Amino acid sequence: MSAELQDLYQEVILDHNKRPRNFRVIDEARRAEGFNPLCGDRLTVYLKIHDGRIQDASFQGSGCAISKASASLMTDSIKGKTLEEVEALFQRFHGMITRAPEDPVDERLGKLSVFAGVRQFPVRVKCASLAWHTLHSAITEDHDVVSTE
Amino acid sequence: MRIEAIRAEFPILRHRVRGKPLVYLDNAATTQKPQAVIDRISRFYAEENSNVHRGVHSLSERATDAYENARQTVARFLGADDAREIVFVRGTTEAINLVAQGYGHSHVRQGDEVLISAMEHHSNIVPWQMLCDAVGAHLRVVPITDEGELRLDEYERLLSARTRIVAVVHVSNALGTVNPIRQMVELAHARGVPVLVDGAQAVAHMPVDVQSLDCDFYVFSGHKIFGPTGIGVLYAKAALLDAMPPYQGGGDMIRSVAFEHTTYNAIPYKFEAGTPDIAGAIGLAAALEFVSQVGLDEIRQYEHELLVYGTRALTAIPGLRLTGTAPGKAGILAFVLEGVHPHDIGTILDGEGVAIRTGHHCCQPLMERLGVPATARASLALYNTREELDTLTTALARVREVFV
Repeated sequence: MSAELQDLYQEVILDHNKRPRNFRVIDEARRAEGFNPLCGDRLTVYLKIHDGRIQDASFQGSGCAISKASASLMTDSIKGKTLEEVEALFQRFHGMITRAPEDPVDERLGKLSVFAGVRQFPVRVKCASLAWHTLHSAITEDHDVVSTE
Repeated sequence: MRIEAIRAEFPILRHRVRGKPLVYLDNAATTQKPQAVIDRISRFYAEENSNVHRGVHSLSERATDAYENARQTVARFLGADDAREIVFVRGTTEAINLVAQGYGHSHVRQGDEVLISAMEHHSNIVPWQMLCDAVGAHLRVVPITDEGELRLDEYERLLSARTRIVAVVHVSNALGTVNPIRQMVELAHARGVPVLVDGAQAVAHMPVDVQSLDCDFYVFSGHKIFGPTGIGVLYAKAALLDAMPPYQGGGDMIRSVAFEHTTYNAIPYKFEAGTPDIAGAIGLAAALEFVSQVGLDEIRQYEHELLVYGTRALTAIPGLRLTGTAPGKAGILAFVLEGVHPHDIGTILDGEGVAIRTGHHCCQPLMERLGVPATARASLALYNTREELDTLTTALARVREVFV
């Protein structure tokens, strides 16, 4: 595989694709659905929010390795955070995957920085951001299905 | 077929992608252009460019001749008797919309039915849906088998006293299935129902003769048969065209205009409002001459051998399942790979220089029927080789290494 492809499909991403974390339904949770018509990715994000803080987060659905790994890592990384912190994280994540490939990656993204390789594959940006847009809609309780198109 | 000589005609095939020789297997999306087409378009702009049908100057005469000769070439290519039966449009999509608007609105009434199949491209679904919504008619859908074959028994059953038109794909872009058009037309005509055939995926792969098919409308796009984008063809029987109202109003489609009343031009001009894609039509004619020189019987035979070879190679890959295994197929190897999303397959293959399509192929209802969100699709053209299919197979083995 080329260096770009190795950047895109890092071990962490392949691992989360094969064994997604938080891949379950949370009963009586806030939920939102996301859809990426380009590749047919479909996922549902579930959230338990208490006192403005994410108590629990999970997802279900089907999609490509990038979208699945992104949902898996996202749900891991937002647990315990306040809604403001989650929003800031979303902005940083979105900034990372849409910036020029040579731009430095924000260190505060931690594990989420494995998605920096997406920048070299513009058509895959939507795959990486689908879970985040869906999360945003679950938080704001916007009941329309989120579409990346 | 002298494959090396044919490949040499296509300059893009000499290019490299991500450092690897290009293996172009996305021909159902669009085909590459031979030098003859590229040269013809550039010669038109360099030596003949002018508007058609109006100018009294020599250049306009030359442009008009070239444009009308292109129409003759299309008519000959499709086996139509009369060049007046050839309308130039932007592509398959516009041709279907033209018929849905023109023929549909004058013949389909409340409670009537339009019959399509479960393997149609969105372009042969949505225009009919819009028509049905507008007039209160019903869209009926002929089901397919798990292999991707049209259920002819169901087709016969669904042809009802209310059916006003049948619209069906000749070759499925997502499955490769070749539909039994002649038989379907016969059954429809026995009930007095006209048939539109979407030939977008057929014309570059097999001989098509509209008179022997006896279809009423046949539509295709130039860019899927080695011609330019933005030009396509509607063939329609002259009597039907004559009776149809215009699709768009404007210049060229009129005989005389007064504020009180306008008289429309004769067919086919009645359906060609505004300055047409003159260079596109001329380029398309060059493309049709190119495939005719190679020979469509030869192309069909060659691609059939490739398809058999590719089918054998792909089905040997563990976890790979072909979608679309009808006995009569042309040009398409669509598949899913267990545990790997088609989009990831496409990205890894691109890294190997192999261009395929992944997704729903503008056939969301068909994907629903197949029970998959998407498929990966390798689609063939006359310049593909067994070696390229070997590259595909090797690259798919690489995909499994990464993901499985």
